[in-house]
Amino acid sequence: MAAAVELRDITKRFPGVVANDGVHFEAAEGEVHALLGENGAGKSTLSNILTGLYRPDGGEILLWGKPVSFASPRDALEAGIGMVHQHFRLVPPFTVAENVILGDHRGEGKKFMVHPRRIERRVAELGERYRIAVDPRARIWQLSIGEQQRVEILKALYREARILILDEPTAVLTPQEAESLFETLRVMAEEGRTIIFISHKLHEVKAVSDRVTVLRDGRTIDTVSTADATPRSLAALMVGREVSLATRVERAMELGEPVLEVRSLWAHGDRGGDALRGIDLTLRAGEILAIAGVAGNGQRELAETITGMRPATRGEVVLGGRRLRGGDARAAIQAGVAHVPEDRLHTGVAPSLSISSNVVLKSYRGGSVTRGPMLRLRAIRKHAVDLIHRYDVRGGGPELPARQLSGGNLQKVVLAREFEGSPRVLVVASPTRGLDVAAIETVHRYLRQAAEGYVGVLLISEDLDEILALADRVAVMYEGAIVGERDAHTATAEELGLLMAGASA
Amino acid sequence: MIRIERRLTQPRWLAVAVPLGSLVVAFGVMALVLLVTRHAPGHTFSRLIDTGFGSKAALNETFISATPLLFTGLCAAVAFRMQLFNIGGEGQLYAGAIVGAAAGIVVGNHTGWLSVPAMIVAGAAGGAALALVPATLRAFFSTNEIITSLMLNYVAALVINYLIFDSESYWRDTSSPTAKVFPQGKNLPDAASWPVTHTVGLYLPFGLLFGVVLAAGIWLLYSRTRFGFEVQVIGDSPRAATYAGMRTRRKILAVMAISGAIAGIGGASQDGDFRHTLDPRGLTAAGYGYAGIVIAALARYNPFAVCLIAFVLGGLQNAGFALQGVDFPSGLVGVMQGVILFCVLGGEMLTRYRVRLSRATRASEAAA
Repeated sequence: MAAAVELRDITKRFPGVVANDGVHFEAAEGEVHALLGENGAGKSTLSNILTGLYRPDGGEILLWGKPVSFASPRDALEAGIGMVHQHFRLVPPFTVAENVILGDHRGEGKKFMVHPRRIERRVAELGERYRIAVDPRARIWQLSIGEQQRVEILKALYREARILILDEPTAVLTPQEAESLFETLRVMAEEGRTIIFISHKLHEVKAVSDRVTVLRDGRTIDTVSTADATPRSLAALMVGREVSLATRVERAMELGEPVLEVRSLWAHGDRGGDALRGIDLTLRAGEILAIAGVAGNGQRELAETITGMRPATRGEVVLGGRRLRGGDARAAIQAGVAHVPEDRLHTGVAPSLSISSNVVLKSYRGGSVTRGPMLRLRAIRKHAVDLIHRYDVRGGGPELPARQLSGGNLQKVVLAREFEGSPRVLVVASPTRGLDVAAIETVHRYLRQAAEGYVGVLLISEDLDEILALADRVAVMYEGAIVGERDAHTATAEELGLLMAGASA
Repeated sequence: MIRIERRLTQPRWLAVAVPLGSLVVAFGVMALVLLVTRHAPGHTFSRLIDTGFGSKAALNETFISATPLLFTGLCAAVAFRMQLFNIGGEGQLYAGAIVGAAAGIVVGNHTGWLSVPAMIVAGAAGGAALALVPATLRAFFSTNEIITSLMLNYVAALVINYLIFDSESYWRDTSSPTAKVFPQGKNLPDAASWPVTHTVGLYLPFGLLFGVVLAAGIWLLYSRTRFGFEVQVIGDSPRAATYAGMRTRRKILAVMAISGAIAGIGGASQDGDFRHTLDPRGLTAAGYGYAGIVIAALARYNPFAVCLIAFVLGGLQNAGFALQGVDFPSGLVGVMQGVILFCVLGGEMLTRYRVRLSRATRASEAAA
């Protein structure tokens, strides 16, 4: 039997990088095939080639044994390839049914007059069959992230995609939602569809796929049968050496006094409405307190309110016994609150400015880098060189614009700056999102070191593995409130997952 | 297939090669236009250069044209650096001219030596005050400053006309019967005339020198001070600025005030250096404020580049006046100035993007 998809010797170059260097890949009909690799390994480039977004510089694409060439994404769609992107391509004010036919150039979508009933019926049918039912008349903005993802899958099914690519689909899901997605994928595979599942989470790959192809540095390293692989062996293939998977390292130390107290804190979200609904937290010196939750349940607003970027509407934040002025980031910084924000490229740094400028982003107001109103550029440069050296930032010197650093190195710059301010409290949000295994190890080591130095660490993360490996306590956020708190030494992913989904404790 | 892609890095030589190349293309296109309209390109170009830059007399004229452009160019560049699009340089220049003229009349008649600094301060205050209107709306109500500052240009134009043509204001000359019939501004006292520096046959207006010093000051402010650092961060990423505890609102007010003040000094310079009266008709016809936006864009907001480009555009403007005549319609002058601007702005794209033929792609990249 010919493979449903076969990529032969695919090469794609961008100025200065070879994103795909002679990649081989093949997936059979009825198979869930995982594509595993670190960030920058070439997974996204490969899927963009397969969906017609990029044209390869060399190599061949075969579908069911026949060579094809895609001039545009539409060609790929017509050939039966569907894609569920990490960032959804949906129009929020439109209904589910309208989104499903959007851009569809066959059948209903092609007609001048649309018959919503027929589309709605078909969408409902598909939803039932694959256990991903969504109300076809609901508008996208009314749906949860998990439901929006279902719409993306329905869109692909409606267009009769025989090959479905999913790019890191579980990043936005609770463990339970992920499990139900996996069931859907299996049903689709049993019908003879081919599922290409892109991920860098080993246990998911292990749970859902039949075979795994590992990419590293733009090359195919190996294709193995999932049954024969262990998370450890996959990690070694992915990184190219043996790695210690996020395992718990106990810190033998007594916790100190409470450094941060959050008392019935309320705050608005970006679009109005209460994003925080009465949060109470106590963080002690030397403690790592994790905030778990599905993205969008108020975690970002919590970090911003504690760090003074967002005003509180009610309640207070108390640092070392003193109440912080709300909505005043400068006051929080001066009181010793360090912040590693979720969006490191646009919040954590000024992306076009140099590393030098970015390391003094918070300390430019005084001290050794200024003289009166003037900046001492030479002292700033020296400070940057020193930090680049001590935190092992690779990719360029102090004059390099921050945006040109890779994710891991950028995060090192942010961490270096925040640690240098000798904080009492460190608020970190998704500190390892998008980083590769080696960088994750480094970031985790820094966070442990901070806690050992009696800094209180508030770790906001959607990654339960990370939380269970690092934290002392876990609080779970759901719709702006803390719905449960567990000792991280004994908590299980299942138990936390239920809380994250809003099941009451 | 031709493709356009963004450059990841911008080689240094491009910064020189592209503008020069653009000028060559511009002169090529102009030569075509001139041939089609039966004018001799060579002769026209040599006259263009001669009348703009070719003699001391030409240079003196160019200095006069360049002075207001320098101020409005700096005005736009200062604000654009923080992604504040102050389109109101035109109106802020009028405001500076109005307040500056009043200061010149008052102070020049009493303590003469004070009149130049008084006019500068007054002009700056006038421009800044007008700029603070859109600045306040932007800082506290997130109103788009492009629209508000642009609309205030019309308000300022109406006010300046009203002061001379529709009222018996303090600025209007009412001393003689003719002046009552043909409205005009009061002449400024002699003490309110700004000094001219005369060296090697060149006459340098005081405003021009002051503007160059101002450009150096702005460069220093933006590249070497804490204030400038905050402006850079806010301009690049407002979220990062909030995150770092910067007071964005105050900075919006301060930068817009500085920007307006610079245009206002330009207005005062028009009174003191050249016109010696409040001249609504001359000012509103010139369009200095809008030209300043183009200059700031061409200079990529660099204050020293603003000086250079204001000088070049000032020269072209002069040459334009000199060229037009019976055999050379003024429309053609406009076409030539437009072609130059078009080519230079178009060339700008090449420094940020590259055009490639995809056939050539493989060979060149395999080598890399």
